[in-house]
Amino acid sequence: MTGERTHTVNPEEIKKEILAKYPPKVARKRAKQITPVSSDEKDGLKVGANVRTVPGIITQRGCCYAGCKGVIMGPTRDIINLTHGPIGCGFYSWLTRRNQTRPPSDDADNYMTYCFSTDMQDQDIVFGGEKKLKAAIQEAYDIFKPKSISIFSTCPVGLIGDDVHAVAREMKEKLGINIFGFSCEGYKGVSQSAGHHIANNAIFTHVVGLDDTVMDAKFKINLLGEYNIGGDGFVIEELLNKCGIELVSTFSGNSTMDQFANCHTADLNAVMCHRSINYVADMLETKYGIPWIKVSFLGPTSTASSLRKIAAYFEDQELIDRVEAVIAEEMAPVEAKIKEVKPRCEGKTAMMFVGGSRAHHYQELFRDIGMTVLSAGYEFAHRDDYEGRHVIPDIKIDADSRNIEELEIEPDDTRYNPRKTEEEMKALEEKGYPFKAYDGMIPEMEKGSLIIDDISQHETETLIAMYKPDIFCAGIKEKYAVQKHGIPMKQLHSYDTGGPYASFEGAINFFDEIDRMLNANIWQYLEAPWQKNPELSAKYNWE
Amino acid sequence: MLLRHTPKEIKARKALAINPAKTCQPIGAMYAGLGIHGCLPHSHGSQGCCAYHRSTLTRHYREPIMAATSSFTEGASVFGGQANLLQAFLTIFTTYDPDIVAVHTTCLSETIGDDVNQIVKKAKADGTIPEGKYVIHTPTPSYVGSHVTGFSNMVKAMAVQLAEKTGKSNGKVNIVPGFVEPSDMVEMKRIAGMLGVETILFPDTSGILNGPLTGKFQMYPKGGVTIDELKRTGDSIGSIGLGAWASADAVRALDTQLKVPCQVHDLPIGLLATDRFVDALRTVAGVSVPDTVTQERGQLLDVISDMQPHLYGKKVAIAGDPDQVIALTEFLVTMGMKPVHIVTGTPGKAFTKRIKEVTARFGDDINVKGPGDLFLLHQWIKNEPVDLLICNTYGKYIARDEDIPFVRHGFPILDRIGHSYFPSVGYKGGLHLLEKILGALMDRTDRDAPEERFELVE
Ligand code: SF4
Repeated sequence: MTGERTHTVNPEEIKKEILAKYPPKVARKRAKQITPVSSDEKDGLKVGANVRTVPGIITQRGCCYAGCKGVIMGPTRDIINLTHGPIGCGFYSWLTRRNQTRPPSDDADNYMTYCFSTDMQDQDIVFGGEKKLKAAIQEAYDIFKPKSISIFSTCPVGLIGDDVHAVAREMKEKLGINIFGFSCEGYKGVSQSAGHHIANNAIFTHVVGLDDTVMDAKFKINLLGEYNIGGDGFVIEELLNKCGIELVSTFSGNSTMDQFANCHTADLNAVMCHRSINYVADMLETKYGIPWIKVSFLGPTSTASSLRKIAAYFEDQELIDRVEAVIAEEMAPVEAKIKEVKPRCEGKTAMMFVGGSRAHHYQELFRDIGMTVLSAGYEFAHRDDYEGRHVIPDIKIDADSRNIEELEIEPDDTRYNPRKTEEEMKALEEKGYPFKAYDGMIPEMEKGSLIIDDISQHETETLIAMYKPDIFCAGIKEKYAVQKHGIPMKQLHSYDTGGPYASFEGAINFFDEIDRMLNANIWQYLEAPWQKNPELSAKYNWE
Repeated sequence: MLLRHTPKEIKARKALAINPAKTCQPIGAMYAGLGIHGCLPHSHGSQGCCAYHRSTLTRHYREPIMAATSSFTEGASVFGGQANLLQAFLTIFTTYDPDIVAVHTTCLSETIGDDVNQIVKKAKADGTIPEGKYVIHTPTPSYVGSHVTGFSNMVKAMAVQLAEKTGKSNGKVNIVPGFVEPSDMVEMKRIAGMLGVETILFPDTSGILNGPLTGKFQMYPKGGVTIDELKRTGDSIGSIGLGAWASADAVRALDTQLKVPCQVHDLPIGLLATDRFVDALRTVAGVSVPDTVTQERGQLLDVISDMQPHLYGKKVAIAGDPDQVIALTEFLVTMGMKPVHIVTGTPGKAFTKRIKEVTARFGDDINVKGPGDLFLLHQWIKNEPVDLLICNTYGKYIARDEDIPFVRHGFPILDRIGHSYFPSVGYKGGLHLLEKILGALMDRTDRDAPEERFELVE
């Protein structure tokens, strides 16, 4: 099928084609979120993002609750995550994200396999649900004796005036365990992104800094924005440990409340998913003096450069040497795998529309095996995730973002401790060390490609019809619509049933997976013999 | 242990649901809407609801699930969602061109009190809903009932809002199949076909949610009940609603509003419930049952009697939707098994009563709870172990922890295939269920048998 592919299609043409099928006002809105990369000169390219989805458009996006409960708090095992609302939200976010966890022992806390809900009924909507919420917390406490309970507000909660924070305070006092709430009603913000922010704010306010114990390790960092889907976090941690770097906490793959409580004792924050967590990195720096850098462990080149960045930060020759040795050792099998699969994948094309960072991070893995990325975009990112952090001052705060609280953070009276002096930071920066730097997706995009933010079903169809990609990456809702075309579809949220794909080890898995998907023979049998040759003349034979 | 915190000791809970055996109304309405040909379901609420429902249905069916949302923002939730719904109609009809849109609400739009009926009227009047296109709608507040209630509400909306009466009988029987698989709908039609009864089955997700791979995506696949057929349900000779929770409201509405006489029966799962279904079809349509059907019945009976040693007295725990569980429980009892712990998440007083009826031979020896949850079921199992667990996919955590043979049945099934293709209704469906049950039980016997008792012949 590769022969007929025409990825020389003009992205401006595709944009026009896409917009033609919308009502005029919708077309005008969507035009701002569709950016053709028409030349190699990419400076000044803009991608409208983090704006409302047009009703009726068939979006990939979910809601604030999903971002808060599902994404950020979902992977934390030692807390009872109680959904306050009708049963749906809690049910759908129950074990559906593939974030793995590894409790240290058989009796260590792990509530991730459970779904807790107040299952609000109509009388709770009419008369208020606070009483039921309190009773539910009490019952959870009586049965499980957890160390912490958190409360997630679903759509009706804010509207009927339930004050989950007041309930949390009261019950915290009463039971003597940590209890806090999230005002993450589904209608807040424009996507899951608002929920990430609300979740992180609450963790920062109610948990971070509760435990000052300092881990006995020379190089200790936090990994932010890594959710351990398919075990990514496990292999990253193994890799770091191999280099002699310890994780104080991960936000929030394979995480515990104890790790969050203690994370302010780390010496560096390494940020994987910029979108979901850059503000936590900022807050940790302002309050505790921990600098942050952007990393990515997706793709061998990024993995190696991220390790080097971490080592360079600590300016320790032994660590730098160790990291180089690990890279050399780990790179060898990756290169061998590339050599094996590249001949089968080279020249093929891919598209990816997911999340707030993966549509960028995964491009490297496809390029490593000789593939081209024709089009990409995020589901819930902001402009800085496309254009780079330098646009942050230019981003207009609209009505939908204004309601998402920004915490006012001051340096901690006793615990603010700049890990590096201003001079040291400057010296590193002058050598080109990229503190707080993220250039976004645009630099990755090749001439002739198309960036689409918050892609719709109609746009997906148009892209497939015009670009005819060899593989398409998105989420579960898109999966089978794409595959009906006879095009393999890889889920880059939950990884289907695969993973880990991070680190060197994960890259090998990913190359195998893409090789399998592109070269599976099933796609050749779409037509039955009688469809290929409908003639009605029977031939008889003996053999 | 995956459910390591579940204690054996049962404490009464009034406020806290743990590991629910139900989900919210809108997903059922969305599923029902997908059973109309050319229909785009629409979720009037925050976009998260729609995303969750589509994801869950997609995982269960492994098929495209197309549905749109009103994408409420904070502003809409304060000022009402009218502007959002009107915009949605405009976008949908311009861009996706469905024949019909099936709107359901969510807890958000219900709480703020949006009047969808008014909004639809307005949209029709000002042409936002184009001439010749249809919109049906139903309230599906997620704080009442369950996904089954939502299904029932949308099915009723299809009937009430589309059916017409010309006064001239079409000679057909309406069948409302209940919240079942596309495979089950095919099987019901096949059985009716064997009897020579012409039917209008609605909703009908067969062809839509078990579609073929052809190399082309179709937004509106072949299959589903057509709008014309739904209109003609008012001229049918009678209606049979299968499953009181999912189907009674629709057939009763047709009865009271258009005088199409109705009967409500259990889902035809198992020998006796299928007998009643076939008998109802026969009497409503005035036909006789052909030998082919009686033959299938005899085959099921034959296998059950052959396999009695493996079935008799085996204890079973079951969780699922009330219509499913009632019929399934009766089937297990028919086969000599002993359902001991039975839970549904969907409220409805009749549940306990019906379960007591079908398990009468065991007296009070049975744990039943409706509405209950999987946490309670698990605790019951810890107190009185069972030989078999029948539940949706979430049951696998209990099955693994307690090391119990497990048969997946119900909604959702997120980790296996087959349910969309192999029915569990009708005699053939009974045979298929029985094969699964026996497979689970006998694999376990083989696994646990000491070497000297490991036998070739069972
Ligand atoms: S917000 Fe309400 S309707 Fe939406 S998924 Fe949650 S419970 Fe269901």
